[in-house]
Amino acid sequence: MSDKTIPSNKSPLNDAGTRALIFQIVLLAVVVFVGYYLFSNLQANLADQGISTGFGFLNQPAGFPVLIHLIDYTEADTYGRAFIVALINTVVISLMGIVLATVIGVVMGLARLSNNWLVARLATVYVETLRNIPLLLQMFFWYFAVLATLPHPRNSIIFADFFLNKRGIYSPNPIFQEGFGVVIAGFILSIIASIALIVWAKKRQTRTGVWFPAYWASLGVIAVITFLALAVSGFPIEFDLPQKSRFNVTGGMVLPPEFVAVLVALSTYTGAFIAEIVRAGILSVNWGQTEAARSLGLKDSLTQRLIVLPQALRVIIPPLTSQFLNLAKNSSLGAAIAYPELVAVVMGTTLNQTGQAIENIGLCMLVYGTLSLTISIFMNWYNKKMSLMER
Amino acid sequence: MKSNVGKLLSTAAIAATLSTAANAATLDDVKSKGFIQCGVSQGVPGFSNADSEGNWTGIDVDACRAAAAAVFGDAQKVKFTPLSAKERFTALQSGEIDVLARNTTWTYTRDSSLGLDFTAVNFYDGQGFMARKDLGVESALDLDGATVCTEQGTTTELNMADFFRKHKLSYVPVVVQKADEALAAYASGRCDVFTTDKSGLAAHRSKLANPADHMILPETISKEPLGPVVRHGDNQWKDIVTWAMFVQVNAEEMGITSDNVSKIKSETNDPGIARLLGKEGDMGAQLGLPADWAYNVIAQVGNYGEVFERNVGPSTPVGLPRGINNLWTEGGVMYAPPVR
Ligand SMILES: N[C@@H](CCC(=O)N[C@@H](CS)C(=O)NCC(=O)O)C(=O)O
Repeated sequence: MSDKTIPSNKSPLNDAGTRALIFQIVLLAVVVFVGYYLFSNLQANLADQGISTGFGFLNQPAGFPVLIHLIDYTEADTYGRAFIVALINTVVISLMGIVLATVIGVVMGLARLSNNWLVARLATVYVETLRNIPLLLQMFFWYFAVLATLPHPRNSIIFADFFLNKRGIYSPNPIFQEGFGVVIAGFILSIIASIALIVWAKKRQTRTGVWFPAYWASLGVIAVITFLALAVSGFPIEFDLPQKSRFNVTGGMVLPPEFVAVLVALSTYTGAFIAEIVRAGILSVNWGQTEAARSLGLKDSLTQRLIVLPQALRVIIPPLTSQFLNLAKNSSLGAAIAYPELVAVVMGTTLNQTGQAIENIGLCMLVYGTLSLTISIFMNWYNKKMSLMER
Repeated sequence: MKSNVGKLLSTAAIAATLSTAANAATLDDVKSKGFIQCGVSQGVPGFSNADSEGNWTGIDVDACRAAAAAVFGDAQKVKFTPLSAKERFTALQSGEIDVLARNTTWTYTRDSSLGLDFTAVNFYDGQGFMARKDLGVESALDLDGATVCTEQGTTTELNMADFFRKHKLSYVPVVVQKADEALAAYASGRCDVFTTDKSGLAAHRSKLANPADHMILPETISKEPLGPVVRHGDNQWKDIVTWAMFVQVNAEEMGITSDNVSKIKSETNDPGIARLLGKEGDMGAQLGLPADWAYNVIAQVGNYGEVFERNVGPSTPVGLPRGINNLWTEGGVMYAPPVR
């Protein structure tokens, strides 16, 4: 009986699952259609207005110089290569900024919790000042008020083969000669040896409880093996030394003030936020944990490293991830003080010379999107790894 | 940050306007809102510069005022949008401004692929270098190894590269997002030289603490014809902005000034002048303008010579000689097609 009455209700249209599917398809069709409509209109109107489109410009010669390039680049190279140069500059400053900001943040976070009144106060002043001044202003401060007060190249501060002046920090530039392969091989070998040493030390400790300073020992291993390789191959390094020329110091390796100002500003600013995150993370670990560790006879430093920090990390990592993302995106402010990162080179010069706003901004969005996603994925993986230790 | 966000927004705006409606005629737009939105620099004395009360003056500002006088019979009906070099074209393409009068060089690429149209040239310029006198440099060819500061998104950036490559000189480029910071970097000693259009050098030198300590090197390394720009494809609007400039040049040639224009209009029996000032015929209608549009331009803004003297002439702080910008009859290249 029921078999006879129900079929009328069993029309596919009355099935929730089917209906949802139909709605999804309709919605998708609408989105695709609107997207297509906007895109084709955009194309037509760009053509009407005589604005070039497409990514063909990436193969055209750029014609403009870039101050800092970690790969070879001259004005005769293409916009595409200029883009890569800028991309590298953005990634390098972001990664270095993240490492430095983390170190500063951990040190300042611990300092704020210090029992030493002066240390704790100084750390508080640091955090409160840097957190509350706009980052752009801090970049201007480092660039115009600090680094620009260094002496003129004529009166450089000279220390051995190092020069310091308002145009940068100049150091000898190592040039690797034939036979340097031996040194590289030695270095890699020493790293493998150290890893083996650390693994062995861990295993032995779990087995016998005897502790071995594996980290210090492996540093020694690396130093000794690398030095031996250098000696065997007859020190195959020559140095290109910086020297005074008419206007500037030339030769050697230079760290321009634009780079230093952006790096210092980014890492001290973000470091102030990280300090608070670290402090909150440590405070979140129950005091009983510390007391328990002490009653087991652990030293204070070991208590921190083995008991408190691993637990604090679980609280620290998620907000830390957002700080890293902020830092990577804030690196775009470097454009204001001539650091040739992505926004400066692509959204500034390239966009302006080619007039192709949509393509160039699209490229930048793609890069920042990918960079942010990569940082997120890495931090999520790390977060998972840390939370697995919960028992 | 702000300018980057602004840039994103204006790009979104371009994408939005370009992907929906086609552009309406700028003249209708301007008439219905009651003023011209004019894109200018963030402060180049003599070209476009705001005083402490926010009053804009300069040769580029007057280009917009002339267009307003032509359209509305009132040179004050202009609002200004200060733009950095790199923001300017996006602002025009997206419709944020109606005219871009911001010491902008007329070049092939800009004219052909940026969706822009250049109108007339209101200042013939060329790129030069400024250096501290105590640097002991006599010529740009002495600059091998020098550090050079300039603003991003300019022809300057490219010319500088071409110049050093052509002469096989090495240099360190410091390219800054905004002119003021580029100048500050030069003033702080980050750079040995500052480079831009020579008019801009004179203007920027007048902003330095001790202008007399700095010299402009003799070489001119490029041609920089500067003038107002409009969107590509709106011919009527382009004609209006172009001819607002041309009548000023013609007026100077005919000896008509803002002081004598009303007297000449009532007394003249020269048909050419009568036509120009709207006493005879109806030249305005062809552009959708009132009959006395040219009269209003001359009476309210002045002829080209007056505009030049008032803003950048020898008696101003910028202090530029008339030079190549003189009338063709006086040995310069300022030449406008006739009004007929
Ligand atoms: N004429 C050149 C350069 C124009 C230009 O922007 N010059 C700079 C000189 S540093 C300037 O006037 N800046 C003023 C500002 O940014 O407000 C061009 O069209 O690209």
